[in-house]
Amino acid sequence: MKHDGQRPGKSSDAAMPTRRSFIQAGLGVGGAFTVVFGLPQIARYAQRHTQDAASTEVDIPPFIPNAVVQIDRDGHVSLTISQVEMGQGTYTSMPMLIAEELEIELSTITVKHAPPGDTLFGNALIGEQVTGGSTSVRAFYDPLRKVGATVREMLIAAAAKGWNVDAASCHAENGTVVHSPTMRKVGYGELIQIAASIPPPADVKLKMPSEFKLIGKAAKRLDTPEKLNGSAVYGIDVKLSGLKVATVSACPVLGGRLASVDPKNALAVRGVRQIVQLDNAVAVVADHMAAAKKGLAALSIIWEAGPNEATGIADIVAQLAVASETPGAVAVQRGDVAAALDSAATRVDAVYQMPFLSHAPMEPINCTVHVQEDSCEVWVGTQVVSRAQAAAAEASGLPLEKVTVHNHLVGGGFGRRLDVDSIHQAVQFAKQVAGPVKFIWTREEDIQHDIFRPYYYDRLSAGLDQSGVPLAFHHKVTGSSIIARWEPFKFKNGIDNDAVEGGSGPYDFANVLVDYVRHEPPAGLTTGWWRGVGFTHNAFIVECFIDELATTAGQDPVSYRRNLLKKDTRALAVLDLVAEKSGWGTPLPSGSGRGISIFNGFGMYMAQVAEVSVSTNGAVKVKRVTCALDAGTIINPDTVNAQVQGGVIFGLTAALYGEITIKNGKVEQSNFDTYRMLRINEAPLIDVNIIQSNESPGGMGEPGTSGIAPAVVNAIFAATGKRLRKLPIDSSLLAQGA
Amino acid sequence: MAFKLQVNGVDHDVDVDDDTPLLWILRDILGLTGTKFGCGMALCGACTVHVDGVATRSCVTTVDSIGTSAISTIETMSDSSVGRKVQAAWHELEVPQCGYCQSGQIMSATALLTDNSNPSDTDIDDAMSGNICRCGTYPRIRAAIKMAAQTIRANAAEGK
Repeated sequence: MKHDGQRPGKSSDAAMPTRRSFIQAGLGVGGAFTVVFGLPQIARYAQRHTQDAASTEVDIPPFIPNAVVQIDRDGHVSLTISQVEMGQGTYTSMPMLIAEELEIELSTITVKHAPPGDTLFGNALIGEQVTGGSTSVRAFYDPLRKVGATVREMLIAAAAKGWNVDAASCHAENGTVVHSPTMRKVGYGELIQIAASIPPPADVKLKMPSEFKLIGKAAKRLDTPEKLNGSAVYGIDVKLSGLKVATVSACPVLGGRLASVDPKNALAVRGVRQIVQLDNAVAVVADHMAAAKKGLAALSIIWEAGPNEATGIADIVAQLAVASETPGAVAVQRGDVAAALDSAATRVDAVYQMPFLSHAPMEPINCTVHVQEDSCEVWVGTQVVSRAQAAAAEASGLPLEKVTVHNHLVGGGFGRRLDVDSIHQAVQFAKQVAGPVKFIWTREEDIQHDIFRPYYYDRLSAGLDQSGVPLAFHHKVTGSSIIARWEPFKFKNGIDNDAVEGGSGPYDFANVLVDYVRHEPPAGLTTGWWRGVGFTHNAFIVECFIDELATTAGQDPVSYRRNLLKKDTRALAVLDLVAEKSGWGTPLPSGSGRGISIFNGFGMYMAQVAEVSVSTNGAVKVKRVTCALDAGTIINPDTVNAQVQGGVIFGLTAALYGEITIKNGKVEQSNFDTYRMLRINEAPLIDVNIIQSNESPGGMGEPGTSGIAPAVVNAIFAATGKRLRKLPIDSSLLAQGA
Repeated sequence: MAFKLQVNGVDHDVDVDDDTPLLWILRDILGLTGTKFGCGMALCGACTVHVDGVATRSCVTTVDSIGTSAISTIETMSDSSVGRKVQAAWHELEVPQCGYCQSGQIMSATALLTDNSNPSDTDIDDAMSGNICRCGTYPRIRAAIKMAAQTIRANAAEGK
């Protein structure tokens, strides 16, 4: 696949869309037929950059789901895709949506990275240019098909005009327009001149699912070939004339400052060119990374630790525990939980905890910057292109239009690259350097100065009736609010919708209360998005607690859930399928067990069964994971399968090993020796079963991750009778005699 | 200090400190960016290259330890008959997701299959457990190694 970060060709007669005119067509640079789309869609569109929460959310039809389609004289089609490719297959699924209606062969498409632009490249489900939250297919399913169909109709109209026939007698087929009665054919490339003068149709008819040629069939990814021979270009691979390489150290104590630096020994290292400083960090600029690292090691740095000098993880957790006793802001309330708890035959209470987590994408954080007097150019792989531009503008002091961002393939995002802290930092450093500099964080820097998944300290209570059915369900979430920092205008009435989403699972309890206590860790420890987002947190806690209720009721975990979900046919279907495919209920050797989880999120349903064995010393081996999902209409089933396999492994890594802890204000983990990753020899067999459906498509990047930890912890209970309520799994608690 | 390195069949003169890791010579001096930086401590395998055919973590291999050994990187894996079959299996089974670790995975798998065209699951574990993939492509890596191995054996049987 070819792609670049160039702005789409600006044509003289194809100005950027306005609200009244949202499809612009014309001949662009190089004579290519260029169609710029901003299809309106009524969405809850939240405007950014305003503090007045009450007045910010308004119903307006924004120009949200967008694309630029270019067809050159040879008929070659290139697409500028707003969504970023970070492994989830979006550079294939988005083109599939357009190609399906445009009637072109998928493999012939060139994909271009989108430049910054919330107006042209925004994501309707989020309101800005973001790739995250498993929203790409959900946000762009209809709009991109409309893009394809619109361009197709313009090409058909152009051919009909040329032949002087009725457009209705023509159809599109494999990059050509065919006049059906005479079987005359003309390639798209030959039509661009006339097509540029055709007014875009106001409305187009989309195919019925039965007519799909691409959607729903396994497609080869467009980005695979370049990922097999080293030619794929990630942000870290940027090559520029005169490029220097720098590595960075921020104050090891979170929130601390740089007191002073003696650069002498570092400057004596061969290849080191310059030492640059910020208030809280230092960078060594060199001819290559080896010299930069050696220079950094040689620097004499005096840090000013600041208020976190004595902070430890136990203090942070103790504060969360105290906060969790305070009243929460009500997120979901039905019935009267307090009364129902009082009158219940049996009451179950539990506290669940989840740790801070780092992301550790394989491509460490990096950003290349060239700041000049009147411009700032940034090369990076980011999930938030427009935020990257804004961060660079702020850090450089230049207006937005003077900042260019070249996006790249992302070597793992997982939520880390939804933040732009490292871009802001790189630009601040780069202002002090003449010429372009590539800033690369070491793995240690990447793990220790991550934006961490919050620590959650949740309290649950349920009241069961005589038959074991929960009449009351109370889940109080306590933790940091990501939304309050990342999208402050969406943080309202003390509720963080991410922290509480899925807080009562897919269940329809008669009396339910989900509430939230926002409690932030000490300043300097920043929290952010992590794969699976709110559901990774809440599916773990809710699904483990539901298992506890099943145990209390003396019922089988699958039958117990079946009974609670009897009105939800999609939930029942995935539950039944996963039970069947996993062999639920069939005998296992002693020390082994199966555990289940189910959740409804990202517009889809996911059920997982983990089969584990626990040895006498407490070591947990996850042998097999069976998944059943209903994600509505599937675009590329092979990618869905891959996302679930990968998501399970990502979530399993965290469940077994993932934990960031703090001692004296410093992150104790630093590299893959202390922040352990699952490896191939530990990977379970993963069986993914997809339910065929024509429902609206759901998101697929996150769900695999969200469902696995509860399935594993419930399986451990089945194997050992020991109920773990804290991640990561502490095998010392599982050893016999423990 | 000046060193002569043979990389992908071409001699290069580099003038760097003795303790310079091969990784940064490849990436920052020779411009061979297919070899990736992941950890700097031989913990993740993203930087794997072949030194005289042996899978080697270039992030901890210093330039003064290489001597006249032949270095090959992902950029020339398609020149090797085994490497081509590994790449073909990787493509057939759509192994990569973000793809960042895959250069290292392919280098480790090619070294394994060059020595052993019928690896057991344990052999695969032993050869590949030094390569981390955060996207979780392990099930497909295992399947692709088996597929490539089968092609290699079939070709050998046909005398290709």
